Amino acid sequence: MVAKADTKRKKGPGRPPKAAAVKINNIPATDDLLAMYKDMLLIRRFEEKAGQLYGMGQIGGFCHLYIGQEAVVVGLQSASKPGDTVVTSYRDHGHMLACGMAADGVMAELTGRAGGYSRGKGGSMHMFSREKKFFGGHGIVGAQVPIGVGLAFSHKYKEEPNVCLTYLGDGAVNQGQVYESFNMAALWSLPCLFIIENNQYGMGTAVTRAAAGRDLADRGMAYGIPGKQVDGMDVLAVRNAALEALAHCREGNGPYILEMKTYRYRGHSMSDPAKYRTREEVDAMRKQHDPIDQMRDLLKNQNISDDQLKAIDSDVKVTVTKATEFAQTSPEPDASELFTDILLPDTGDSQSAKV
Amino acid sequence: MATEIKMPALSPTMETGTLAKWLVAEGDQVRSGDVIAEIETDKTTMEVETIDDGVVGKLLVPAGAENVPVNTVIAILIDDADDSIAGASITDDSIADVAVVDKAAPENAAPESAAPATVSAPAITEAAEIGGASTMLTVRESLRDAMAEEMRRDERVFVMGEEVAEYQGAYKVTQGLLDEFGSKRVIDTPITEQGFAGLGVGAAFGELRPVIEFMTFNFAMQAIDQIINSAAKTLYMSGGQMGCPIVFRGPNGAASRVGAQHSQCYASWYAHCPGLKVVSPYSAADAKGLLKSAIRDPNPVIFLENEVMYGQSFDVPDDDVLVPIGKAKILREGTDVTITAFSIMVGRALQAADALAAQGISAEVIDLRTIRPLDSETIVASVKKTSRLVTCEEGFPFAGVGAEIAIQVMEQAFDWLDAPIARVTGKDVPMPYAENLEKLALPQVEDIVATAQAVCDGFRG
Ligand SMILES: Cc1ncc(C[n+]2csc(CCOP(=O)(O)OP(=O)(O)O)c2C)c(N)n1
Ligand SMILES: [Mg+2]
Repeated sequence: MVAKADTKRKKGPGRPPKAAAVKINNIPATDDLLAMYKDMLLIRRFEEKAGQLYGMGQIGGFCHLYIGQEAVVVGLQSASKPGDTVVTSYRDHGHMLACGMAADGVMAELTGRAGGYSRGKGGSMHMFSREKKFFGGHGIVGAQVPIGVGLAFSHKYKEEPNVCLTYLGDGAVNQGQVYESFNMAALWSLPCLFIIENNQYGMGTAVTRAAAGRDLADRGMAYGIPGKQVDGMDVLAVRNAALEALAHCREGNGPYILEMKTYRYRGHSMSDPAKYRTREEVDAMRKQHDPIDQMRDLLKNQNISDDQLKAIDSDVKVTVTKATEFAQTSPEPDASELFTDILLPDTGDSQSAKV
Repeated sequence: MATEIKMPALSPTMETGTLAKWLVAEGDQVRSGDVIAEIETDKTTMEVETIDDGVVGKLLVPAGAENVPVNTVIAILIDDADDSIAGASITDDSIADVAVVDKAAPENAAPESAAPATVSAPAITEAAEIGGASTMLTVRESLRDAMAEEMRRDERVFVMGEEVAEYQGAYKVTQGLLDEFGSKRVIDTPITEQGFAGLGVGAAFGELRPVIEFMTFNFAMQAIDQIINSAAKTLYMSGGQMGCPIVFRGPNGAASRVGAQHSQCYASWYAHCPGLKVVSPYSAADAKGLLKSAIRDPNPVIFLENEVMYGQSFDVPDDDVLVPIGKAKILREGTDVTITAFSIMVGRALQAADALAAQGISAEVIDLRTIRPLDSETIVASVKKTSRLVTCEEGFPFAGVGAEIAIQVMEQAFDWLDAPIARVTGKDVPMPYAENLEKLALPQVEDIVATAQAVCDGFRG
């Protein structure tokens, strides 16, 4: 269970997940558990390194770390199928790694180098991979939500058996376009899974100070969209909820909302003085609910040896070290790149259309 | 193995900081997550935590040291022997550095103290003409003072936006306002720009005086329908009944490497629309005097600030001085070429004028201050003197502010021109993230110098 940001409030978005919300009905095979552990660890190590590189001035601009929230994206992506699409906000490094994008290319984008996924032109908030079905990386709060509905629309239009996983924050849920999206997704039964990553704060504003009404999971109620609140610090709870929700969307029943109760350990971005919460609150969450610690304990219970865990640790470390070296040595984009990629060249198609 | 702890960069625009306090001493054992120092920037105080375990070997920068450049080695950490898997789960023990973490501080008390004040109307005077006392203030402080003074003067004035109250402003422009005016008048909103911009318009129709802060003007695009269709047009559509006295303010334009969606100049967008006034000051005195005028103006005013300028200091008169909207200011007189600029580009234009002077070219620099209504009178008078014009702006060239100035000067002073008007603008591309490309995309001092030279050289005599 996730501790609350506001202990006085009994009802409303700050309250803990409903006890019966998620049952852990199936524990995946050990290999799957190890894979999830490794994916979470990779995100954590990657983000720690990104934080260091920012402090050293090698990453510029805004840099929003995902540390603490790893179980959300890893649990969800572990339940997705090939061909499913993903779209999220600017807090996107973890999503890209969980979608199978290479740590090298993500890190090199952070340092603004030619080897980055956007060839250095997008930065931390704006990375994409058509190959991995990752559609960004969006800097405007809430803007990715209708885009996710559009991706779901394209799945249905093309009769693909796929779902768009659309991630948004607890702050983003108050944007008007989210409700325009909910309405259209429900109206046209689009295969869109909305994942609200409720990390308790939108920048310095606690969710209870920004969101009226009931649980965020219930925000689709008026449109008939089912919603469920999940302990987002528990990767197995996330995975199980994701399997159920994705099946709902895939079977043509329209959209679904999962509210993930989670927590970010670091500041909103690197320049967050964080006077809006206490150090004790952060420490308590880290010590008692850390998704990676929980998974490690589970693995130990499953008789995974310390040596196996250490091997995963050093694997991950090698990946991150390699990515860092790549990101530091990849050249800056060529000056000519300034004027490329603004418009695509005319195709024969558009020429013939003119005739 | 000894590892270096360096002065961290804490924000996109930070270059130096003050090492306010050490919280550890040499010889102390530290574990990852321990707060080791407090660092102050012009915006805020942040705690720095080590994300490595070890023993503090040496503190290299004394507490209280100011202007410590980012990346200076501030301490040396000596490894301890602990390499357990539990330790490794939190730290990366190959490289030590520092991470910035949460600083727990008591919440600000927010007294409800909206003392009604009498509404007085001082005459509009130019800051430069005031002989009274003045103080060096940052643009950030001046904007805050302008709001505070107007809130004391007129209880209808309130400030609304994301993180303006308890967080004290995302860029600390509203610092202290919640303390003084309370939560009735300094209001944190959800992230819902279209909603609170429209709410502001309604409140203005309801005879209040809203100051709506956008965290940046990039996010005002969510709200642009309310700004144009509701705020700008309703007076006209109502046959003059429905005035909308509202200020939309916030940082505009590029900051530093925040990418295409966070780095756009909107001056020409808003200036395009009848029914709006568009202001974009450079100096702290103008920022203050113009914001005060904007708050008192009976019309919707778009007030475009600049994040990079917030920390810059200028002399600001202590008195209650209003700077009139719609008046440009000649900051440097010259005879060979007129250079117009606004906001951050004014500083670059002044630097360019220095460089040009060294080459024997005398440039007159005009700070537009207001984009709409444009003070074409001042520009035209200057062009009639210099016969040459270079316009500067950070925004895109197409249909930009420079294009409008060019046509107005053509219309009013064509016969005085000795050379085609030239523009210095941002490149016609979405803002790239990479450091080298961003620099190429933004207009630099050298670009102004080169353009002014070309305008003068090519057509001299
Ligand atoms: C339209 C818009 N308004 C404001 C911002 C500035 N901003 C960036 S992130 C953020 C908070 C978002 O919080 P939440 O949705 O909870 O996501 P989290 O950062 O917690 O992942 C704000 C206000 C923005 N990027 N876009
Ligand atoms: Mg949040």
